[in-house]
Amino acid sequence: MSIILKDITKSFDDLDVLKNFNGTIEDNEFNFIMGESGIGKTTLINILMGLEKPDFGEIVGMDDMNLSVVFQENRLLEDFDAITNLKLVANKDTKDKEIVSLLRDLGLGDSLNKKVSQFSGGMKRRLAIGRALIHKADIYIMDEPFKGLDKNLYLKTIKYVKEKLEGKTVIIITHREEEYEIFGGNIIYIK
Amino acid sequence: MRDSITRDNKNLIIRILAVLFWFFVWQVIGSYLDNDLLLPMPLTVIKTLFSMLGQKMFYIAVLNTIIRIILGFLISCIIGIILSILSYNFRFARILLSPLISFIKSTPLASIIILALVWIKSQNLSLLISFLVALPTIYTNILKGLDNINLKLIKMAQVFRVNNYKKVKFIYIHEIKPYLIAATSISLGFCWKAGVAAEVIGLPQNSIGEALYSSKIYLNTAELFAWTLFIIFISFVFEKFFIYTLQKL
Repeated sequence: MSIILKDITKSFDDLDVLKNFNGTIEDNEFNFIMGESGIGKTTLINILMGLEKPDFGEIVGMDDMNLSVVFQENRLLEDFDAITNLKLVANKDTKDKEIVSLLRDLGLGDSLNKKVSQFSGGMKRRLAIGRALIHKADIYIMDEPFKGLDKNLYLKTIKYVKEKLEGKTVIIITHREEEYEIFGGNIIYIK
Repeated sequence: MRDSITRDNKNLIIRILAVLFWFFVWQVIGSYLDNDLLLPMPLTVIKTLFSMLGQKMFYIAVLNTIIRIILGFLISCIIGIILSILSYNFRFARILLSPLISFIKSTPLASIIILALVWIKSQNLSLLISFLVALPTIYTNILKGLDNINLKLIKMAQVFRVNNYKKVKFIYIHEIKPYLIAATSISLGFCWKAGVAAEVIGLPQNSIGEALYSSKIYLNTAELFAWTLFIIFISFVFEKFFIYTLQKL
């Protein structure tokens, strides 16, 4: 079932960030939320995640959904290693082998037991993506997930995420049209 | 790794040399005064300490004092953690507890000890004093740690539906640990100082405080110094033990 966003309105200190926003998140598809910087894309997904409440409007079809997220800032456990970060959110039935294999696929195989605080920016981003992928969810929400990845890893990671999440409900925020072109799917513009 | 071991050894040697330096200063002043009643020589004190180690009563006194002081400290840890969690979650509790903690923190220790002697038996005095001395530091530090918890991590855990056990272990305990270690390091030393002082005033039977008092009455300065050295030693050992245990959490 699709998720319907009806007249979502949100303002901070009298500044309207979202005003009567309407849109549909298609089920089992890649959904791209696009728009200029500061237009309210992150606010919209914060509302979808339940981290913020809209001043007005409603979201239909999102009740009790299990979410997996790549936040704009990585929000990793910096003093723990990569495996612990994934284990934190992994479902009970996830095997250690699965975690290690996923980290290897993301190019983090040599840093499995390294403290995250010692990771580079790109490594942290890939780890944040890995954390979202290991958590089996109904909806995957990704806020500019490929930002900060260098050229070589950028395309490789996009293709890997596409392969892993094909057929699932995914919401991706991005500025880059090229990412939408690779993934395909539904596109929602915030104006 | 090897570099860090070498550095650790160097630090240890420097620390031992610093201790030996102060023993030397003690020896020089002792030689100058040449009066065992005023300032016994380090060697005399060490000999006295060794002779005390051979007495059964020494161990009974040490054990009794350790139990009371450490128990007081542990109770203050438990109560301090519970109160700080309450204050973190309920503004009302924070406002209510604030004057009480300030009162405990700023009331002269001697007043508390004398007042406490009216209310409780002298055997339990050092336990209560140790508890009261540590509580404000434990409470304040843990609350500060909770206030500084990275809320973005909490929100992340909430979105991923991380269970409470993992949330406590990987986020809460981890974020609070440095504050708890600092609180332990500060308050445990105070517990020993105040706890033994309370025993000297309350004079519970078979305690370090009572032994210190007897040394003073019989003008046995060497024994007084030996007890003092031993108190410094066990205070150091317990502080290191607790900090090591907390770091392993």
